[in-house]
Amino acid sequence: MNRIICGYSLMVIYMKYNVEVRIALKKGMLNPETSTIERALDLLGYEVENTNGYNTLTFQMEGENRSEIKKKVEDMCQRLLTNPVIHDHEIDVK
Amino acid sequence: MKIGVVRFPGSNCDRDVYKVIKLAGGEVEYVWWNKNDFSYLDGVVIPGGFSYGDYLRAGAIASITPVVEGIKSLVKEEKPVLGICNGAQILAEVGLVPGVFTVNENSKFICQWENLKIKTNRTPFTKNFKKNELIKMPIAHAEGRYFNQDIDLLRDQDQIVVQFADKNPNGSLEAVTGVCDESGLVCAIMPHPERASNELLGSDHGLNFFKGML
Repeated sequence: MNRIICGYSLMVIYMKYNVEVRIALKKGMLNPETSTIERALDLLGYEVENTNGYNTLTFQMEGENRSEIKKKVEDMCQRLLTNPVIHDHEIDVK
Repeated sequence: MKIGVVRFPGSNCDRDVYKVIKLAGGEVEYVWWNKNDFSYLDGVVIPGGFSYGDYLRAGAIASITPVVEGIKSLVKEEKPVLGICNGAQILAEVGLVPGVFTVNENSKFICQWENLKIKTNRTPFTKNFKKNELIKMPIAHAEGRYFNQDIDLLRDQDQIVVQFADKNPNGSLEAVTGVCDESGLVCAIMPHPERASNELLGSDHGLNFFKGML
């Protein structure tokens, strides 16, 4: 649900956005967890390949618009949420 | 020489490191995670453990605490900084050493003695060893697999400090398990020198890391 807050002096409208950040290992990086899952699926008789896993973080944030939020979340990814040496990430703001 | 031992919530090798610095002949004090000014110290050691429960990634949360600013100031003053195990992961997350220590190849926590090779003795911590000297120290980690996008550059700049000698238990790139920055004053190693500081423990090779720092 979106909430509208009006300040007296600035009259800026803030909206609440739902943010989803998906973090995955870069292509070619060994992922011990997914390769174990792939082997386990093989034990059950399912032949799958290129198994990939994501860590998903969801949260809500208030801001003026979608691009402002996206910029802040990108910053969060660079500073804390991911390690750019090994991770790629995708951001969804709704 | 007075050395600081950094303490985070979840550090668990802090007291061992404290004792071994004393054993090596240095003065020592604890430095808490929320302190950012300790320029009176002559160096710091970031000990092993599970800072902040290894949440997000090992070392990630610790890398944004105030103590890191103090450590960066020490680095600017060209004082030695040693990260052991979780301390190494933290230094890699901060970016003070190149690369990353991530989940072991077999996803398991590995705790065992390893034969290691000293690859450079230009750092204060390894100056008492010969190049390519074989030593014995234990490892104890689940996230110790070293990865770097440019290992050749690291080799060219003599930044590989310790390598596994006869096997590669965690799947590290070229069996690297200790690296340093360009100056050699900031060093991140996954094996535990403090747990190899007396022959009664199985080896005293680790004591040299602290003696060299003093």
